[in-house]
Amino acid sequence: MNAQTGFETALPAATGERLVVIGNGMAGCRAVEEILARDPARFAITIFGAEPRVNYNRIMLSPVLAGEKSFDDIVINSAEWYAANGIELISGDPVIHIDREHRQVVSRAGRVESYDRLLIATGSDPFVIPVPGKDLPGVVTFRDLDDVDKMLAAAERGGSAVVIGGGLLGLEAAHGLSLRGMQVTVVHLMPTLMERQLDEAAGWLLKSELERRGQAILTGADTEAILEQDGHVAGVRLKDGREIAADLVVMAVGIRPNTTLAKAAGIECERGIMVDDHMVTSDPAVLAVGECVEHRGQCYGLVAPLWDMCRALADHVTDAPTGYTGSVTSTKLKVSGIEVFSAGEFSAAEGAEDIVMRDAARGVYKRVVLSGDKVVGAVLYGDTADGNWYFDLLKKGADVSDIRDALIFGQAYASGGTRGDPNAAVAALSDQSEICGCNGISKGTVVETIRAGACSLDAVRSQCKASASCGSCTGLVESLLQLTLGDDIQTGPKTVCKCTSFTHDDVRRLIVERELKAIPQVMQELHWTTPDGCSACRPALNYYLLCAWPGVYEDDQKSRFVNERMHANIQKDGTYSVVPRMWGGLTNPRELRAIADVVEKFNAPMVKVTGGQRLDIFGIKKEDLPAVWADLNAAGMVSGHAYGKSLRTVKTCVGSEWCRFGTQDSTGLGVQIEQLTWGSWMPHKFKIAVSGCPRNCAEATIKDFGVVCVDSGYELHVGGNGGIKVRVTDLLCKVATEEEALEHCAAFIQLYREQAHYLERTAPWIERVGLDYLKEQLFGEPDTVRRLAIRFRYSQQFMQDDPWAKRAAGEDSELHQHLAEVRPLELAQ
Amino acid sequence: MIGEWLDIGPVTQIAPGNARTLPVRGGEEIAVFHTLDNRFYALVNRCPHKGGPLSQGIVHGAVVTCPLHNWNISLTTGEALGDDEGCVPTIPLRVDAGRIYLLREAVVRPRAA
Ligand code: SRM
Ligand SMILES: Cc1cc2nc3c(=O)[nH]c(=O)nc-3n(C[C@H](O)[C@H](O)[C@H](O)COP(=O)(O)OP(=O)(O)OC[C@H]3O[C@@H](n4cnc5c(N)ncnc54)[C@H](O)[C@@H]3O)c2cc1C
Ligand code: SF4
Ligand code: FES
Repeated sequence: MNAQTGFETALPAATGERLVVIGNGMAGCRAVEEILARDPARFAITIFGAEPRVNYNRIMLSPVLAGEKSFDDIVINSAEWYAANGIELISGDPVIHIDREHRQVVSRAGRVESYDRLLIATGSDPFVIPVPGKDLPGVVTFRDLDDVDKMLAAAERGGSAVVIGGGLLGLEAAHGLSLRGMQVTVVHLMPTLMERQLDEAAGWLLKSELERRGQAILTGADTEAILEQDGHVAGVRLKDGREIAADLVVMAVGIRPNTTLAKAAGIECERGIMVDDHMVTSDPAVLAVGECVEHRGQCYGLVAPLWDMCRALADHVTDAPTGYTGSVTSTKLKVSGIEVFSAGEFSAAEGAEDIVMRDAARGVYKRVVLSGDKVVGAVLYGDTADGNWYFDLLKKGADVSDIRDALIFGQAYASGGTRGDPNAAVAALSDQSEICGCNGISKGTVVETIRAGACSLDAVRSQCKASASCGSCTGLVESLLQLTLGDDIQTGPKTVCKCTSFTHDDVRRLIVERELKAIPQVMQELHWTTPDGCSACRPALNYYLLCAWPGVYEDDQKSRFVNERMHANIQKDGTYSVVPRMWGGLTNPRELRAIADVVEKFNAPMVKVTGGQRLDIFGIKKEDLPAVWADLNAAGMVSGHAYGKSLRTVKTCVGSEWCRFGTQDSTGLGVQIEQLTWGSWMPHKFKIAVSGCPRNCAEATIKDFGVVCVDSGYELHVGGNGGIKVRVTDLLCKVATEEEALEHCAAFIQLYREQAHYLERTAPWIERVGLDYLKEQLFGEPDTVRRLAIRFRYSQQFMQDDPWAKRAAGEDSELHQHLAEVRPLELAQ
Repeated sequence: MIGEWLDIGPVTQIAPGNARTLPVRGGEEIAVFHTLDNRFYALVNRCPHKGGPLSQGIVHGAVVTCPLHNWNISLTTGEALGDDEGCVPTIPLRVDAGRIYLLREAVVRPRAA
């Protein structure tokens, strides 16, 4: 393209020093404005701009793309402004060379300008991922007006677009394009959107909302290539093989400070152009400002810091130096109808404390991070009204100790006459004012209920329904209990953990009632008070979801204890033990040989017969596990789940096949039971035994489910435990056939799976609910046993694939491999 | 600058909520953590209690729960939280352009905070 000439200047250029600015963007022009404001006559100013237009508000390109604004709306400085201030604008003609020796710059059109002071404000370049097809027509970035025009042209033709990058820029591009009628797919490398600004909870909310609006969001998706058809982009292929058709591909994966010119001129650069607190580069005559600079190790991608930089720069060049000391930044997503705000640090720093408020009804998630008495970070979704207030407290480093309790409710509340005491605020409410929106319960009613004897949150919930539904008014109800009863409050039944006010039963019920199908969804809908739960609730929720939605819910590995994640038992020295299944305690030469070989091949220090009638191989390193499993699989053995909250062993005795007292084939039945039940995840571990006669050599009466064979059939016993607190089983019933024994076993296990609390073995469970309740549940109606057994068998379809086989085949290999090994050589400086 | 920092590869090799290990010849194994809010931390992979491999624990907030006896260890300071007492060295870490860097000298000579 040939350069267009700059605007004629009306005023004679000022006669002072010559200031040349490279970059007609937001920082360059603001710097000039700041200088003019201080000393209009000081410099004769020339600005070079690569873009063939005047200076405009780049951040407003998103609304322009979305059709909410026009270019004219976003112009910051019109041609008249340049003229009126005697500034020469040379636009459409980039500087291609800086000659520091002669203090001159050379433009592409061959124009030479000499300077006393040079200001580099070249911003940054969009980063283009180096995949095949990146240069095809139809692949665009999102940085300047030309990019927007290209996108609009594509949108004109309609069709579908893929946006690579689920950060601020990518999502704003996606929003604009879908408003322009394109079918948009966002492809994001990380598992959560805007991961640099949002935590898991907010990222999940954002994703679901965008999906609700018809965008397809693919997270954890790595782009392998951009596909081509007759010379034009045709789609995108991901590393996992998926292909997405597209007429337009937008690359919005990040930006790189534009340091090309400065580097070439020998000015010191790291990630950006290195500047001091006065925006001076390694060459005293050369200044730099904006996204292209690196200051105290920081590069910025937002405008707020630029304004501060420009002030410091202007103060310096007009001989009233102040100095720039860096900025804390905040982000707002500019997608109409979606409110997202993020500022500062939200990954708990030392001694940091999270205050979380969730309102599922309004789709609100608020998280404020405190360190000591100061706000250090905030993430807001759905209601960002108080974003700037939190950000202000954060920047001021204000002491918030006296408004702490009310902080999360926002400025109006916290700084209200009540001096931030939530109780006082609730006391101030009139009796008519509504406390529980879901059930339309007024303050008066709640207080009456409490006076009438409801002394705990749970009692209030059950007696007047307040906070019984969505729970978002729990805080208010607790305040009312406080006010009405003082210290006579009774704390309700034990909750799952400190992250929630709900009990295990509540959570299990609500997961099913409200069809909750993901951990972040449960945490949002049930108002978890922590952003991502704790090591107590994550595994519990993972199990409850797995049990409620067999085949639908995807197991969340990171919410499992190490043994279940590694499919082996961790030992005190960090190695693992491996227990292959031996059905009913039976084995054969092939299995024994394979085990012997493994022990030698991986020189396992110990192999032992367990108390569960099988062999335990000790001292295996996590890297070796997949290879060990491959060898055991080869001999037909699968995981024994000795590590799992799941079926452990089915102990048997020899039974009628050999034993002179045996009444039934206990060994055979044991094997059948183990084949029916192995692989099933449960609230806690589950042990079964089958004894061939009442002599009970398999210790069936201290098992979770025990069968004692008698001449007339099978006695079924439940709720035994031989561990910490020994408990002898209760007799559940007696059946005549093996089929019935199997059916009842399946039914009992399913009832336990659906109703027990996580980490509650059958013994304490039965102690809690009582044997009568259990019998009622199983035999109350004619075919409950059958229906429970059907549900169990259905979920078993998805559970009975050997986890070892998958790992041996390479699944989740990163859990077993080291990142790398550091060798002294690399460390030597 | 880069010289002081050891490049241990792209952020994508550690999924959020997980940790991976980095053995150091003649030194102590290091665990590199990726939290659910997408921050990265590096600690010596040895629980201050009885040496449990912290890389195998459940990560929540900026805390890891040791797989052996459930001590909670702060990823930011390496200190045991709650009533437990003890501290494990942290290794200064920085993420730049999608890659993870560890401070070399700390990798060789980890020091408790
Ligand atoms: C290997 C084994 C000991 C042995 O060498 O015999 C064993 C080893 C462990 N048992 Fe056990 N138990 C073993 C049979 C038993 C038995 C006997 C049985 O199953 O017939 C019991 C009593 C019966 C019962 O559970 O009702 C038993 C009661 C426990 C308990 C207490 C359970 C309770 O409800 O009180 C625990 C702790 C827990 O689970 O919370 C436990 C926990 C453990 C753990 C998993 C501790 C841990 O979390 O690391 C040990 C793992 C060692 C390892 O790395 O493999 N182990 N454990 C046995 C493996 C059986 C198998 O083949 O799977
Ligand atoms: C679509 C979009 C939305 C955004 N939204 C937000 C937001 O909501 N909030 C926020 O804080 N920030 C936002 N940003 C970021 C913000 O726009 C930038 O931080 C800001 O523009 C940086 O200003 P700058 O002057 O450093 O760079 P720029 O504004 O890019 O200016 C640099 C200028 O220098 C020119 N140039 C480069 N090389 C040469 C050369 N050799 N010769 C002459 N000229 C040259 C370029 O053409 C460009 O015009 C957004 C950015 C985009 C693209
Ligand atoms: S009895 Fe105690 S020490 Fe022995 S294996 Fe079981 S848990 Fe470990
Ligand atoms: S070794 Fe970590 S808690 Fe015991």
